[in-house]
Amino acid sequence: MQKKNSLKEQLDAINEYERQPIPKNKLKSWGSFIGIYAGEHTAGTEFVLGPLFVAHGASAMDLVTGLLVGNILAVLSWAFFTGKISVKTRLTLYYQLEKIAGSKFSLVYNLVNAGLFCFLAGAMIAVSATAVGIPFNIAMPTLTDILPNSLGWVVTVFAIGAITTVVAMFGFNQVSKFANIAAPWMIMIFIAAAVGVLPRLGINSLADFWPVAESKIWTGIPLEGQSKFTFWHVMFFAWFCNMAMHIGMADMSLLRYAKKWQYGFSSASGVFLGHYIAWIASGILYSLFLIESNNSLTFAPGPIAYEAAGIAGAICVVIAGWTTANPTLYRAGLAIQSINPKWKTWKVTLFVGLITTIAACFPALVMRLLEFVALYGLILMPLGAVIFIDVYVLEKMGLKSNYAELKNSKFNPAVAITWAITLIVCVFLNIFGGIEIFFLGLPGWFIAVLVYVVSSKLIQKPLPTGIKSQSKPTTILSN
Amino acid sequence: MPLLFKILSFIALTMTLIPSFLVFQGIIEPSLSKTLMFIGTVLWFLTAPRWLNKSQEETLEE
Repeated sequence: MQKKNSLKEQLDAINEYERQPIPKNKLKSWGSFIGIYAGEHTAGTEFVLGPLFVAHGASAMDLVTGLLVGNILAVLSWAFFTGKISVKTRLTLYYQLEKIAGSKFSLVYNLVNAGLFCFLAGAMIAVSATAVGIPFNIAMPTLTDILPNSLGWVVTVFAIGAITTVVAMFGFNQVSKFANIAAPWMIMIFIAAAVGVLPRLGINSLADFWPVAESKIWTGIPLEGQSKFTFWHVMFFAWFCNMAMHIGMADMSLLRYAKKWQYGFSSASGVFLGHYIAWIASGILYSLFLIESNNSLTFAPGPIAYEAAGIAGAICVVIAGWTTANPTLYRAGLAIQSINPKWKTWKVTLFVGLITTIAACFPALVMRLLEFVALYGLILMPLGAVIFIDVYVLEKMGLKSNYAELKNSKFNPAVAITWAITLIVCVFLNIFGGIEIFFLGLPGWFIAVLVYVVSSKLIQKPLPTGIKSQSKPTTILSN
Repeated sequence: MPLLFKILSFIALTMTLIPSFLVFQGIIEPSLSKTLMFIGTVLWFLTAPRWLNKSQEETLEE
C-alpha cells in the first residue's frame, strides 16, 4: 500500500508546466533535443514511407535531391517558426491557442488534435505489433485487414500499448531518456540492414551503387495502381510530412524547454537520420523484397526487417514504432489535459493510452497511414499560422495579440473563421484544382495568414481603457 | 565504471553496424552477421542506459 501511494505521489508530483512558462532551471540542453528528435523521426513510419517512394516510382536523382531540399526546409521551419515562438512564449501550443482563441475554441481544437495524435500513436503501436509476431509465430493480420483477426494480435497490441502508455505517463523526461537510448542503435540497424542486402541487389562495390539505384531500386517507374512521384512530390513530402509539428506549432510542447530558439535546428538529427538515411535504407530493403517476391504488392515491415537483419531487425521495428508512439501519446495527453487543468496529466495519458491501444487493434489504422499523415499536417497547419501572426504581426498592425484572454472571451471567431475557410479552400483546391494533398500546405498557410489578419481586423473591437496587450516576451520564472 | 559502460556501448554499436559491411565485402555470411547484430543489440540496451542519459542531464542554472 505504501508502495502504491508512493508511486501515485511520484506521478502526481510530475509537473509538465502545462499552463505556465517553463522555469529557467528546467530548460534542457542540445543533447536532449537531438536525442528526442533522432528517436522520434527514426521511427516505425520510416519502414512505410521509405518504400512509398519506391512504389510511387521516384527516380534515384529525384529522391536524393528532393529529400535534401525538403529536409532542409523542414529544419528551417522548426527553427524559425517553432523554435522562435516556443522560446518567446515558453508555453504549450494548447495554452497559447487558448489565450488567442478562447477556451471554447481550444476545447474543440484539442479534441481534434488528441484524436489525430491517438490515431498516429495507434498506427505505430500496430506497426510494432506486426514485428513482434515474427519470432513468436503469432498469426498477424495483413495490411488489407480492417478488423483484428486473432487473439494473439490483440494480446500483442495490448502488451505494447501498455508499455508505451506507462512510459508516456511519466512525462517528457522518461520519453526523452528512452529516445536517447534507442536512437543511436536504431539508426545503426537501419544502415546495417540495407548494407547487408546490397550484394543480393547486385551491388558489390561503391561504384555499383548508383547504376543499380537507378535501374533496380528507384527506377522511376511506379508500381501498378500508384501515381508517379517527381522531385516536387519528394521535396514537399519531406517538408510537410511533419507540418503539424513545425509550421503547425505542435512542437511548442517540446521546444518550450529549449534554452535558445536555435535548438530548433536539432530537428536536423531527426530528419537527416530518419527522413533521409532511414528512408533510403527502407527503400533498398523494399526493392529487394519486390525483386525477390516478383513484385508482390503485400507489405509487412516486420518480415522485411527480420529477413535483412534477423531478430535485431524485428526488435528495431518494434522499438521504432514505440519511440514514435511515446511522444505522440504524451502530446495527446497534454491536449486532453488542457481541457481541464485540474486533471492530472498521468491519469489523462493513461486514458488516452487505453483508447489508442484499443484503436491499434484495428489494422485499418496502418492501411490508412499515408492518407492520414497528409491530412494530419493540413488540418493542424492553420492554427500554427494563427499563432505565428498573433505573436509577430498583429500588434504591429495596431491589433491585439491574445485577444480572447484580453477580452476575457471564451471564443475568438477570427480563429474559427480562419480554420474553417483555410480548410474549405484547401478541399476546393484539391477537388476542383487537382492539387495533390501534399502540396496544399504551402498555399494553405498563406490563405490562413490572410484570413486571420482580415478577420481580426473586422472582429477586434477597441478594449476598455486601461487594458493593454500582454503579449510582451514572457519572463522566465526562476525557482 | 561509467567509462567501462561507454566502451562496452561503443563495442555494441560496432557489433551492430560492422558485420553488415563484412557481408558486403563477402568476408562473413549473413547468418553470422545477424547473430552479431543481435548480440550488439542486447549489449547496447544493457550498457547505454548506465551512462547515456546521465551524461546529458541538465546543469541547473542559477
